[in-house]
Amino acid sequence: MTQNKTPRKGWILTGPALIWTSIFFLAPMGMVIAYSFFRRVGGSIDTSPSLYNYQRIFDEPVFLDALKNSLEVVLITVVVSILVAYPFAYILAYRVPPKWQRPLLLLAVLPFWTSYVVRSYSWLLVLAKNGVVNGMMQTTGLISEPVSLANTRLATVIGFVHFFTMLVSLTIYASLTQIPDSYRKAARDLGASSPMTFLRITLPLSMPGVVVGAFLTFVLAIGDFITPQILGGGQELLLPQAIMLQVQRRGDFPLAAALSVILLVIVIAVYGVSAKRLTLDGK
Amino acid sequence: MKARHRFLQSTGVLLVFMLVAAACGDSEPTELNALVWCDHTDPALLQPFEEANNVTVNVKDYDGTGVALGLIEQSQPGDWDVFVVDSVDVPRVVEAGLLAELDPDDYPWDDFFADVDLPGTHYQNDKLYAIPEKFGYNTIAFNGDNVSVDAMRDVESLWDAEYSGRIAVYDYYIPVMEQVAISLGIKPADLTAADLPAIEQRLMDLKPHVTLIGDVVTTQTALATGEVDIIVGGGEFVTGVLNAENPAFDWILPNQGGIRWQQAIGVFADSEKQDMATKFVQYIVSPEGQARLATSSCYWAMPANSKADLTDSEKKILRWDEQDGFVGNSHPYFIPDADLDAAMLDVWTRFLQG
Repeated sequence: MTQNKTPRKGWILTGPALIWTSIFFLAPMGMVIAYSFFRRVGGSIDTSPSLYNYQRIFDEPVFLDALKNSLEVVLITVVVSILVAYPFAYILAYRVPPKWQRPLLLLAVLPFWTSYVVRSYSWLLVLAKNGVVNGMMQTTGLISEPVSLANTRLATVIGFVHFFTMLVSLTIYASLTQIPDSYRKAARDLGASSPMTFLRITLPLSMPGVVVGAFLTFVLAIGDFITPQILGGGQELLLPQAIMLQVQRRGDFPLAAALSVILLVIVIAVYGVSAKRLTLDGK
Repeated sequence: MKARHRFLQSTGVLLVFMLVAAACGDSEPTELNALVWCDHTDPALLQPFEEANNVTVNVKDYDGTGVALGLIEQSQPGDWDVFVVDSVDVPRVVEAGLLAELDPDDYPWDDFFADVDLPGTHYQNDKLYAIPEKFGYNTIAFNGDNVSVDAMRDVESLWDAEYSGRIAVYDYYIPVMEQVAISLGIKPADLTAADLPAIEQRLMDLKPHVTLIGDVVTTQTALATGEVDIIVGGGEFVTGVLNAENPAFDWILPNQGGIRWQQAIGVFADSEKQDMATKFVQYIVSPEGQARLATSSCYWAMPANSKADLTDSEKKILRWDEQDGFVGNSHPYFIPDADLDAAMLDVWTRFLQG
């Protein structure tokens, strides 16, 4: 009797969440996928299924370039974020006294407390020709004339890294703190140097945190429209910008849906590659 | 008995008071709902009307006729009372049955600038549906400290290597591509798909000189922070509000000509407050309303009414004295049909990616 009741209880408990997900995620997603096979003709939508939009995306360089640009910008962001976040997380986990770790973590997540748009516009001012960065470089004699930093791909990457470094720091920190001290002590007792201990013990065991952070950064950055729109200066199109262009300017929802499906496929593929490591428990 | 009598008496008085209040409420609307461009959201514009008529004007701003039509579609008939819309879009709004007919005698047509009536827009089938209220130009805005106004009077200067890396482009393909068409000697109204390769080439030639392509706020910020010195597609609507901060921020219509945009205001056909809505339209096109609208904190532009109560310094910022020449040398927005629009957007997408 108990065995019969358990599945029913499970369905009852998960039912609301399943209904919610079906209505507000699966159904809209199904509509997006269905729309991607429609076609905009003149001012109306032709609902006869076809691969027209996908063919267009792979035939027209402008969309392939958007895809390429997105992958380049996001991969650079992921790598730089990890390179910046890892030392920070390492110092926080192993060099900072436990009583200071929480306040420092709080400081680390402070950027999350401000509006995404405000933060992007702030970076625009910081990177402007008469902004703080150019001012400092001129004062210290590094440059004689201001250089263009804002409205470039570099600005987009800086904006992304500023945001995602904190996220990656948290996931790496969570992994590092779960590595028992005895592992590193044992390595040192067996004669391993500090770099060797890091390379053979700490780094491999903290990889789940790195992978989780990298995956989250990839997913959030590749779908971000605001940062490249504000900081990139419209000098090149990324995939979300290409999607918004179809929606806002020409109302070509089928083409926008096809581009969105491609974005989704990329995220699923990245998930597939990193799925085995997507855990923070160090296993 | 006395107490009962007093209770009935006071209840009766209260009932009469409530009925009178309700009746007053019906005849004097306390709220107007207006769907507008953001320049109409300035409290300095709305307050005098609200105080004079004991009414609250609720404004919802939008940034494109398509967005406005979407909002209307999601609303109930009677939700909206006043509609501010691009003059070139009045015909399709009228065709959709959204606007009420207006009485021409209610408005100061003799005071309006010549050419703002735009034949074939505000009047449909000899009936008036919207009143011109504000106009301006998608042309060239610049920092006068770093760029000479004489150079900017020649649109060819934009392709000069001297300005390389100092140019921002307003990210709206229709006016900018039409401005480029004018530089090629093509009138916007004559634009066809056959002209697009030449326009695309011209745009691609400009791209190496361009530092950024963005919306109004982004290009405005770039000009204010010294990131760029020129905004292609900009105009008084970009520099007017910045003038107090830096009087060097200026604009000009090139000698070759430019694109003129224009807004109109009308009353919704389904509005239940037609009288108050009409009163609001009359206020907006009055000399006081026009001055406040022209210098709105969201964006400045020329008032349609030449009698607008503007100061000399405000008129100078708007290049008031040059308006006769500018209006004559500018072309109203040309709205392409669906096919040409799609082809133009393809060109613009390649320009963005190029």
